[in-house]
Amino acid sequence: MNPWVMLAFPFAQHAFLAASFVAAAAGWIGFYVVLRGTAFAAHALPKIGFAGASGALLLGVNSLFGVSLYSAVAALGIGALAERDRRDVATALVLALGLGTGALFLSLGNLYAEDAMSLLFGQVVGVSALGVMETACVSAAAVLVVAAFHRVLLFTSVAREAAAVRGASNRIADWALLVGLGLATSAMMPVVGALLSFSLLVGPALAARHLVRRPWQAILTSVTLSLAVTWLSLFLSFALGWPVGFFVACLSALAYAIARAASRIFDRRPLEGMA
Amino acid sequence: MNPAIVFRDLTVSYGHRPVFANLTGQIQAGSFVGVLGPNGAGKSTLLKVLAGLIRPAAGSVEIDGRPVKRRAESIGYVPQAVQMDEDVPLTGRDLVGLGLDGHRLGFPLPTRRRREAIEAALAEVNALHLADRRIGRLSGGERQRLLIAQAIVSRPRVLLLDEPLNNLDLASTQQVVELVKRLAHEGEMAVLLVAHDVNPLIGRADEILYLANGRMAMGPIDEVLRSEVLSDLYGYPVEVLRAAGRIIVAAGAMDGHAHAVSAASPEASVMLP
Repeated sequence: MNPWVMLAFPFAQHAFLAASFVAAAAGWIGFYVVLRGTAFAAHALPKIGFAGASGALLLGVNSLFGVSLYSAVAALGIGALAERDRRDVATALVLALGLGTGALFLSLGNLYAEDAMSLLFGQVVGVSALGVMETACVSAAAVLVVAAFHRVLLFTSVAREAAAVRGASNRIADWALLVGLGLATSAMMPVVGALLSFSLLVGPALAARHLVRRPWQAILTSVTLSLAVTWLSLFLSFALGWPVGFFVACLSALAYAIARAASRIFDRRPLEGMA
Repeated sequence: MNPAIVFRDLTVSYGHRPVFANLTGQIQAGSFVGVLGPNGAGKSTLLKVLAGLIRPAAGSVEIDGRPVKRRAESIGYVPQAVQMDEDVPLTGRDLVGLGLDGHRLGFPLPTRRRREAIEAALAEVNALHLADRRIGRLSGGERQRLLIAQAIVSRPRVLLLDEPLNNLDLASTQQVVELVKRLAHEGEMAVLLVAHDVNPLIGRADEILYLANGRMAMGPIDEVLRSEVLSDLYGYPVEVLRAAGRIIVAAGAMDGHAHAVSAASPEASVMLP
């Protein structure tokens, strides 16, 4: 069907709005995820959120509530465990625990395969007007948390002890990023799904750092790319009837590949000029 | 003249392993002190205690007559260089700006005062040309100078540098040491620099603080790097050899071999046949 005609329908407008909020939040938070190398946590939290959503379906409550609660508990769990052990190990442990309970919820709840599929891969056209509001609020909250700690996240990443001397705590920065990630996960799950929200978190942010050199520029670029990827994915999905998540994953990777190639070409020039 | 740093009876241990005990000393403003000693002697630990990052089991630290605390504007700290991605989206200007307000919430506002403070600090370390370069693509010496600019941008009274000379080539090493010396003497800062090798500090550092065996000796290089002083500190015979203006500390003839050491400590030694 013609995508422009579809935008006249409320369900498509809702999808467009919800996806835009999610994309902006993912692009912003992705900057810190890439900066601090917490990609594994960014990968794990949506999967844990999936388990939370299946638990919520089992109990018959709002699945966004299930995702939020589960991701928040998981984020705090990773933060607490990471104080003693390596963060990747802590993340893996919490991920396994989350998925294990998810398996139980799924088998107890007799979920239809369709429900599980929409949680895993997103069901962007199923977002209601209320859902758009919820997505907007949760996305905004996620961005507010990380933006508040913007400088602390930067400082502790590049000069940890110097930051500590000034009173910027690496632990607080870690917590802020994990909580922001958990919130962003909750917003993303219904829209792009548990499996593919990760691509929106890292693809645009990775691409942005090849294109610009200052933090605020990188955040702006990452958000812009993320929005562009999402809008184009929705457009293609409406036009071809293929899942949004597929296009999001492919276009995120493509954005990264193009940005990398572009930076290779542009970086070589000034060096030659200097010689 | 009031000392900028005073520490009394400092004792630190990790678990049951004592690092050092009852260290007492003071450092004047405008004085450049090199901190030397073998690996594991607690050089970095002492620096962290003075910066307020580690709470000592016993003893006290005063900076400008006041007990040291976290969130100290009066201390500039240059951490050991961290591995950085080549593409990290941060310029020299951003790195130095963090030293000014990196502990605050939200985003920095681009005020004129902020820009001028950052550029003054960059100029101080001769790194104005690095202001808009990505920090991940700089050489070790260039990044070290930016980290020093980050530490001094808030105009601290005390500058603490944790092994800033590691992995630097000879030219960068001398540049950084000259820079630190100038900051101490002209900026009236009390500077402590942890190093492995005493040789880059000869003729530049005012004093050295030698840590070994949980104890310390402090004074001008020629008074501390003497066989009697170091043998007393280590508790076994240590020789200090001078050759062509360089100093070599050697654990002499303990087992019939001579141990030559490049790094002013008789540990990590190279065996000569």
